[in-house]
Amino acid sequence: MTAILKSYALRLLPQIIALAAILLMVSFVFPGFFRLEIQNGRLYGSLIDILNRGAPVVLLAIGMTVVIATKGIDLSVGAVMAICGAVAASSITSGHSLAMTLVITLGTGILCGLWNGVLVAILDIQPIIATLVLMVAGRGIAQLVTEGAILTFNDPGLIFLGSGSFAWLPLPVIIWLVFGILVALIVRKTALGMLIEAIGINRQASTLSGVLTPVLLIAAYMLSGLCAAIAGIIAAADIKGADANNAGLWLELDAILAVVIGGTSLLGGRFSIAASVLGAIIIQSINTGILLSGFPPEFNLIIKAAIIVFILVLQSPPVRNAFTFVALLRASRKPTERQAR
Amino acid sequence: MKPKYLPLTATIVIFVLSYALCAAQYPNILSTRVIGNLLTDNAFLGIAAVGMTFVILSGGIDLSIGSVIAFTGVFLAVVLDNTAIHPLAAFALVLLITTLFGAVMGAIIHYLEMPAFIVTLAGMFLARGMAFVLSIDSIAIKHPFYGTMKALYYKLPGGGRITLIGGLMLLVFAIGILIAHRTRFGTDVYALGGGTATAKLMGVPVGRTTILIYALSGLLAGLSGIVFSLYTSAGYSLAAVGVELDAITAVVIGGTLLTGGSGFVAGTFIGILIQGLIQTYITFDGSLSSWWTKILIGLLLFVFILMQKGIVYVSRREQRHA
Repeated sequence: MTAILKSYALRLLPQIIALAAILLMVSFVFPGFFRLEIQNGRLYGSLIDILNRGAPVVLLAIGMTVVIATKGIDLSVGAVMAICGAVAASSITSGHSLAMTLVITLGTGILCGLWNGVLVAILDIQPIIATLVLMVAGRGIAQLVTEGAILTFNDPGLIFLGSGSFAWLPLPVIIWLVFGILVALIVRKTALGMLIEAIGINRQASTLSGVLTPVLLIAAYMLSGLCAAIAGIIAAADIKGADANNAGLWLELDAILAVVIGGTSLLGGRFSIAASVLGAIIIQSINTGILLSGFPPEFNLIIKAAIIVFILVLQSPPVRNAFTFVALLRASRKPTERQAR
Repeated sequence: MKPKYLPLTATIVIFVLSYALCAAQYPNILSTRVIGNLLTDNAFLGIAAVGMTFVILSGGIDLSIGSVIAFTGVFLAVVLDNTAIHPLAAFALVLLITTLFGAVMGAIIHYLEMPAFIVTLAGMFLARGMAFVLSIDSIAIKHPFYGTMKALYYKLPGGGRITLIGGLMLLVFAIGILIAHRTRFGTDVYALGGGTATAKLMGVPVGRTTILIYALSGLLAGLSGIVFSLYTSAGYSLAAVGVELDAITAVVIGGTLLTGGSGFVAGTFIGILIQGLIQTYITFDGSLSSWWTKILIGLLLFVFILMQKGIVYVSRREQRHA
């Protein structure tokens, strides 16, 4: 058991160090950063704010991780968020109950994922292009649903999903925590995760060895669609309205970035959902940190770009090879020193 | 007919058919004024799409061009507003910056063996961030030279005008076609798209070609930014968001395989015209909402991807039988 825990800790170490470094840096320029207080039965503070604001990207990153592990990518999640937000808003304003609205919205997200999955798995289209179709058309569809306006609603149940709280934590945080743990358990406590990695490493070989590749691929994209639907509901509930133009805009890039920061290779194979969640929290910490530390927000994108480049350089094959080379050199030097003695 | 000409032919047929359909409903769409405007309105997109065609032909992707266009616009506006530099000198300076920017991205992609997708994504953030740092306001460009350039046009029979920027786009497409099919560099790009390992074995200088491809894309994105600033007479850091998507769409509709190695620069031109035509039709109609543009273009994208799949499938079967 401790060995398993230790291997988990080792896997997540770079992300944890990066997060700790960023949080420390922010706390130097903004002293009250770590302060937490309970008001009206809810925790308040910058840390909670990061967890809360990061909810959409965390959710998208969970689905994106599984898709990227199959050597795919899902560019449509931002647009699917917009579609699902629009569907949720129009369903609740047209008099459906909250439960019905949630069923319809989550169903819409899964349907979008099914479309992507069929294009990738059955029609064998490159994932980046297959999901580009929905990315381009999706915002148009969302605007069709809202008829071009920002659709507002005031159903207390739906709003509660975006801004309510439970057990001292904001509800979005509870949702992504529960959902993330659920997905991680499903893929890691069964053989599913391993089969997904097998598809990502070599799709043909896994099909030949009896893995139901098309079904698993479609399921991966459907999971991503479901994640986008939940994120879409939270985003819409947060602003009490569905904005087809801006909901989830460019969040697909943040989600992919979160997965990359989490150390999952874009070339498929081994993945870690916990690491991607940490990646998403790192991105949100940077965003919040820049705001709190009083940097002009204009620098936000440049700092983000610099951090991506830094992480990319660390992860790139040549630099990694150089590290292993140094490690090998040290390892080979030790025995010779002993012999000399 | 060779299967490699099929996507291009299909694109041209679809364009001619849809133009004929539009003309049947609104005969005025045939006037040279509309055609001239079609070229002028899509000039910046067309120029950027030529660069994107080369990148996609080589099997890569460049997500940074929209941000580079915005950066170019803001840079020109700030420089012309605050210094006495002549616009032409400013143009040369900004083209140098964007070309170098592209070259550095190409170098990172090649030497660090990173996916083009994520490197150009970082480039996208960086260029947009630089534009923000220069100015967050929309700055008007009032230099008299801009007025002179905007007044330049070639008058077509029927009152249509080919403006300076519309003509520039046609010129860039012509040069792009020449480079793709008549130079060593063009052949190298196609070879790279066929597979990096194969290209290396054939003696293609992979590193130099990769860097040159992204430098070319940066150069054309810069040129597109200049055209955009001429078109709007302003520089704004939030401008041209998502242009990279429109460019990719135009390239795919134009029949270029997104896996690289097969396609034509001329096809991209038709792809641009089809997108422009959809927008023109929606303007003519007046009752259709603008979001139909996105849905129609998405549908068109889907149809073309399916068709490409079919062609690849058929040509593989033929190869097996031969």
